[in-house]
Amino acid sequence: MIQALNSAMDVMLERDPGVVVLGEDVGYFGGVFRTTDGLQRKYGEHRVLDTPISELGIVAASIGMAVNGLRPVAEIQFADYIYPGYDQIVSELARLRYRSAGEFYAPVTIRTPCGGGIRGGQTHSQSPEAIFAHVCGVKVVMPSNPYDAKGLLIAAIEDDDPVIFLEPKRLYNGPFDGDPGKPAVPWSAHPRGEVPEGHYTVPISKAQIVRAGKDITIIAYGTMVHVAEAAAQSLGLDAEVIDVRTISPLDSETLCESVRRTGRCLIVHEATRFGGFGAEIAATVQEQCFWQLQAPIGRVGGWDTPYPHAFEWEYFPGQKRVAMALEAIMSAG
Amino acid sequence: MANRLRTRLHVPHPPARPGDRTDFSYLKLQPAGAQPRPDVKLPAQATLPLASGLVRVLDDEHRAVGAWDPHVEPEVLQAGLRHMLLTRIFDERMQRTQRQGRISFYMRSYGEEAVSVAQAMALRPGDMLFPSYRNQGLYMVRGRPLVDLMCQLLSNTRDMCKGRQLPVMYHWRQGKIFSISGNLATQFPQAVGWAMAAAIKGEDHVAATWIGEGSSAEGDFHAGMVFAEVYQAPVLLNIVNNQWAISTFQGFAGGERSTFAARGPGYGVAGIRVDGNDFLAVHAVTQWAAERARKGGGPTLIEHVTYRAAAHSTSDDPSRYRPKDEYEHWPLGDPVERLKLHLIALGEWSQERHRKLAGELEEEVAAAWREATKYGTLNEGPRLDPDLMFEDVLKDMPEHLARQREQLRAERG
Repeated sequence: MIQALNSAMDVMLERDPGVVVLGEDVGYFGGVFRTTDGLQRKYGEHRVLDTPISELGIVAASIGMAVNGLRPVAEIQFADYIYPGYDQIVSELARLRYRSAGEFYAPVTIRTPCGGGIRGGQTHSQSPEAIFAHVCGVKVVMPSNPYDAKGLLIAAIEDDDPVIFLEPKRLYNGPFDGDPGKPAVPWSAHPRGEVPEGHYTVPISKAQIVRAGKDITIIAYGTMVHVAEAAAQSLGLDAEVIDVRTISPLDSETLCESVRRTGRCLIVHEATRFGGFGAEIAATVQEQCFWQLQAPIGRVGGWDTPYPHAFEWEYFPGQKRVAMALEAIMSAG
Repeated sequence: MANRLRTRLHVPHPPARPGDRTDFSYLKLQPAGAQPRPDVKLPAQATLPLASGLVRVLDDEHRAVGAWDPHVEPEVLQAGLRHMLLTRIFDERMQRTQRQGRISFYMRSYGEEAVSVAQAMALRPGDMLFPSYRNQGLYMVRGRPLVDLMCQLLSNTRDMCKGRQLPVMYHWRQGKIFSISGNLATQFPQAVGWAMAAAIKGEDHVAATWIGEGSSAEGDFHAGMVFAEVYQAPVLLNIVNNQWAISTFQGFAGGERSTFAARGPGYGVAGIRVDGNDFLAVHAVTQWAAERARKGGGPTLIEHVTYRAAAHSTSDDPSRYRPKDEYEHWPLGDPVERLKLHLIALGEWSQERHRKLAGELEEEVAAAWREATKYGTLNEGPRLDPDLMFEDVLKDMPEHLARQREQLRAERG
């Protein structure tokens, strides 16, 4: 997935002289996760800029650059570090088009690694998608595989609206089904690990059914797509698994169409449950599918605590937690 | 035990509160002409004397003196006087309309007119301006029709913001004036980003931005300074030190032991402290900083020492927190009055011409108001279509907003 993201930026730097990449350690070093490796060498230090350690400054400078005709791709090194830039995102980036009645807008893409499973503790593991989903004026995207990651990132950079692009860092080097004991699997063996060269896009605001099924609809995104698939398989369920891909604006039609068919729904995300994005999905599904539902909608997430270093796998919503929730929904009604 | 050293919490106190007479010695003024005008390529660290002192051009006899005299043609000064006077008359009139309940809110720039007007005149039309909410003079210089500004204040059918912003939060893409946020200081690091982009594109436009001394306490100020220094961005970073942030005096923003301009050299950014009520000094300093930026010399932090002669906004009463007559004793005078007297001293103006001009501008503003109110006021029709609420959140309206728009239509019947 690292190479896919790198390729997306490479393609866009090549195609559009207005595209600039900026962030902490993204230039000479190529990023702490190597996502921007080689880009500065190829495009020069005016196009791929190392920045001071100031998320506020990175977001604000990106807004100014975008207003001056550039298309910045800003990296926030960890999603957990995004909060110093939060005011600039919420009060400025997201509102500029609205408050200026469309005269000014800032096509900024903010890439940031999210999620746990890498022994990151509570400052390198968060999944803040719900916080941004609640902000009108930004789009929020989270891919679950290399093919989508590249296509969605290109679409985000080409989008005239700001996009918060969350990259589940546990998926950087391979799919992950939630079992840390298993040997790591590379993306090369995965059907959506194959990434075409050159330019292509995956549309923003379109969810994808990654596995068709009849028994239940599992709605997930990011790392949890893989965990949910494995959990359903372990129970021998014919589950329909949907990868949300874009948190906001949400493709509620694809989700609800599926739930109307299956009559059951589980929502899985890694972020804390209370006030999590699953609540929004559950409310939407309930409003639109109530008369087709055969069981209460379930939600699985991280516990409502910070992400603890020593109890990472007890915290992480793994296959067991998902399977227990699936069983509860299947046995209801 | 009495002399034991111990920690203490210092709580700043303004030089005066209601009923007191202000001692302005804290301003550490310098006479006009005292500061040398160095080459624009002066290293940032060497600007500390400029940042600690005070650049002034107009002396007590209303003559232009010293190395910073920009030698501006009288016609330019007359235009500057006109822009400042128009700004003031516009402000006064809009204040009255707020008191009459025709608009919900207003913020005057009374006493600070020279900052916006002289700076906009010293910059080029291609330079991008990132204002705060007290820079209406920029609009006067760049020629935005008054009717457009008034329609924004009225949130009427011709409101440039389509009813989405508080009064005064203008924007003007064509005139290269950025949208005013309403959140403080956010524009400061954004201007740096704009300037970085100009440099990346190889253009010689510069950016200029304004914040108050109060909001220079925000993290945005620090981020802006660091980015400006690191990339040597072609940007003019202005702190308008008008002494008061609503009720807190400039000591609460860190002005007690250092000037605001002196923060510049600390960051490696050139700093200049200027008499913000001296049109010529502001003009000269702006030219210096813009030339420095255009020649690759990087950013300049400019502190304008001025006084917020009006209330913060129509929502506060300054007589409750500062002496009522403080502005009458303000040692740097009034910017309009000082430029007027300078032009008279030059033989290029007269009290009679001034009165005539003021009358013309009053009529211009009144005529614009008559026209603007034809397009509606906040309380009287015609009104903007509430459907507009759902536009421009994103470029293309997402489905859920289209549904909510339908819902509102149903609500309204």
